[in-house]
Amino acid sequence: MNNTSTFIKKEFLHVFRDRKTLLMLFGLPIVQIILFGFALTNEITNAKIVVCDYAKDDASQQIIGKLQASQQFDIQRILLNHKQIETAFKDAEIKMAVVFPANFNSDLLHQHKAQVQLITDASDPNTATAISGYANQIVMDYQNELMQLQRVPYQINTEVRMLYNPELKAAVNFVPGVMSLILLLVCVLMTSVAIVKEKETGTMEVLLVSPFSPFLIIVSKAMPYLALSLINLTIILLLSVLVLGMPINGSILLLYAVSTLFIITALSLGLLISNRTASQQSAMLISLMGMLVPSILFTGFMFPLENMPYPLQLVSHIIPAKWYYIIVKSVMVKGLGFSAIWKETLVLLTMTMLLLVVNIKTFKIRLT
Amino acid sequence: MDTVIHTDKLTKRFGDFIAANEITFDVYRGEIFGFLGANGAGKTTAMRMLCGLSKPSSGTATIAGFDIYKQTEEIKKNIGYMSQKFSLYEDLTILENIRFFGGIYGLSDKQLKEKSEQLIGTLGMECEAKKMVGALPLGWKQKLSFSVAILHEPKIVFLDEPTGGVDPVTRRQFWDLIYEAADSGITVFVTTHYMDEAEYCNRISMMVDGEIRALDTPAKLKQEYAVTSMDEVFYRLARGAKRSE
Amino acid sequence: MKDVILNNISKTYNKGIVQAVNAVSFHVDKGELFGLIGPDGAGKTSIFRILTTLLLPNGGTASVNGFDVVKDYKTIRKNVGYMPGRFSLYQDLSVQENLNFFASIFNTSVKENYDLIKDIYIQLEPFKDRRAGKLSGGMKQKLALCCALIHRPTILFLDEPTTGVDVVSRKEFWEMLKRLKQQGITILVSTPYMDEATLCERIALIQDGRIMSIDTPENIIGKFSESLFAVKSDNMGSLLQDLKNTGIIKSCNAFGAYHHVTFKDNNQNMNEKLIRVLEEKQHTNIELKPITPTIEDCFIKLMED
Repeated sequence: MNNTSTFIKKEFLHVFRDRKTLLMLFGLPIVQIILFGFALTNEITNAKIVVCDYAKDDASQQIIGKLQASQQFDIQRILLNHKQIETAFKDAEIKMAVVFPANFNSDLLHQHKAQVQLITDASDPNTATAISGYANQIVMDYQNELMQLQRVPYQINTEVRMLYNPELKAAVNFVPGVMSLILLLVCVLMTSVAIVKEKETGTMEVLLVSPFSPFLIIVSKAMPYLALSLINLTIILLLSVLVLGMPINGSILLLYAVSTLFIITALSLGLLISNRTASQQSAMLISLMGMLVPSILFTGFMFPLENMPYPLQLVSHIIPAKWYYIIVKSVMVKGLGFSAIWKETLVLLTMTMLLLVVNIKTFKIRLT
Repeated sequence: MDTVIHTDKLTKRFGDFIAANEITFDVYRGEIFGFLGANGAGKTTAMRMLCGLSKPSSGTATIAGFDIYKQTEEIKKNIGYMSQKFSLYEDLTILENIRFFGGIYGLSDKQLKEKSEQLIGTLGMECEAKKMVGALPLGWKQKLSFSVAILHEPKIVFLDEPTGGVDPVTRRQFWDLIYEAADSGITVFVTTHYMDEAEYCNRISMMVDGEIRALDTPAKLKQEYAVTSMDEVFYRLARGAKRSE
Repeated sequence: MKDVILNNISKTYNKGIVQAVNAVSFHVDKGELFGLIGPDGAGKTSIFRILTTLLLPNGGTASVNGFDVVKDYKTIRKNVGYMPGRFSLYQDLSVQENLNFFASIFNTSVKENYDLIKDIYIQLEPFKDRRAGKLSGGMKQKLALCCALIHRPTILFLDEPTTGVDVVSRKEFWEMLKRLKQQGITILVSTPYMDEATLCERIALIQDGRIMSIDTPENIIGKFSESLFAVKSDNMGSLLQDLKNTGIIKSCNAFGAYHHVTFKDNNQNMNEKLIRVLEEKQHTNIELKPITPTIEDCFIKLMED
């Protein structure tokens, strides 16, 4: 239809002529991915630690050597006295102190039992857990080496395989999460302003007094953002694969298909907000507060849903981003096909249909 | 005669565009001075400079005796301002508005109380004193707004199209208030699109394309252009204008 | 043939607290240039919005082109031209883009109905690539008119099209309207400017949601039941007060260079008596002459009655 395509063209013009919108639309995802990728990593590298070695024997030296050699740790100082540990925590910003008691080696050899103390800065419990975990691992490695030399009769080896993400890349966890969040945020923000802007500037009045149907207004407003979001998605994927080394194990076509569905869901949400607010300001506020915050909490990539109390888990069911996140992980990371995600896709589809119907039915055909 | 506004070649440039070009004129104490011009002629730019809101690009001026470059804060303390667009806070009552604006201009509680009563009495709004301004008819709002603008007895009050869209009876009541203010020594600097109001002014200036093209009493201007109404004077002067906003 | 009919239309806001329109009835004939004259807050915009189907009335009925504004809103929206109270076109689109857009929304093209807007568009053409937001007030108004006309509507609703626009552009605008009327388009205009009333064929004077008078401007002036005089002297400021204090003046209103007065008693001697009284009060160069009332005089009288 000629008039619809003119309308869509006009919407594109609005987007490209508004620098702020463009910046938000494209700048935001890029910044997010880079931030998450490099700066805000949860991985431990070069954590500053100190060692207090009372033993100064073969065993302690070996373990200290392993700590030094690892990427995770950066030994700042070798302390002579455990009294210096507290000062070191306060002054040198260290994350952990490793203490070897005197006679460490001889205890190990003769009593088959020795202790190493790991003191961590638990003001950030997550980091503390990770660091002590790594240190523990290194100590265990040493123990295993010793045991192989000693020929102890019973040995239990645990072999760990990290499926889907053997290198334990953090990107694999957060890229799907960030994808869900960014697509949701950008789409909702953009469209939430789209209708309200026309109401605020008065052009909606003129549009209404015309044969152009409200249904077409909704569709035409959503179209450009659908196209732009798909471009955004491509940029995110390219960045993730090329810069962050993230794998795409499943079908790219399926990924795009499902993403298109999710984008439409997000756009419909935005349009719903747009329809009910009177100013661009309140539309943006509602989008940010009403959409972003619950999505961060309940999508499942920042805070595991399984750890939440049951009522909150129920709440997460109505967050579209949560379903999309599961789908993306399944397709992108686990390489699964449609048969694995059909349930989640159905949920998304239902949500979208519902939102679209509500949008069309409640579209304000008059000024109040 | 006291000069309350004196400008000498006041100019405002925005890049290459000269919005106001070498504006030179004087306004005397107690005068009702009509500042006319078509939209885009440079009126708003000029008024902003005179109110101390915009720094001129060149030229000099003193407003109420204060220098337009160095003493803008003193200027603001000694002038009042009212426009069609900005009135009072719609979600505050009449009394609250008076208290707020009076307070900004440093009136003491005692003065505020006195003046509030005086103002409300003069305007006959005793019953409405505790009502929200938003609930008042437009004409009342405008009269109230003007009274609040001169609450602190400024030397000059700047009125930007104060009677736009107001009904004819209220318009004339508004001008009664202006006359009273002028009689009490307040200089009134007013812009308007109603040409009959131009006749009520002591002197008129007309801006066209950023310059002052006429400055005289209404009677003399009509004589000069050999016409019988200010409407025709305006039309003659504005018709040749090249610039429209 | 009546193109627009209003029958006891009422509109309230804020759950009935604000009565914006109060039992308004009038009609506009086919091809007529009709003016709705009144100040801000009189109810003009509410009436226009009801007629263009953007608002539902709280009472009464109205029809446009024979179609009911409530039930047949879709049909009405296809066929009328509407220019709302403030500039409502896309500021970041150019003149040409705006025009093309509105043409296509109405399933037509600029080419198809260009003859209708040609006279107006010619003035805009040098600026056709300029963003609408950067046009002057007068230019914006012309563009808005073109966009309202581009689909060749049979009725045009123009809500305060001359407000905020300079005097010269206002005059030009009314000349454009006269030419459009010659094409047979019914035009309903609202304005707060009383002097524009005489440019319409018929007018309705509206204040506080109520119609005070509906007729041709000449007839309304004719209905002014008293003799009106214009007075002037060298001291206009005190003249007003002095006139009120004479005791023989019924009404006295400032009207620019003259004051308009009516006498309590309409006999000849009153004129001479007035001049004498004013001379006693030291007025010089007194001029007193009978005049035909203007619409504003009528409006004030109707307000005071």
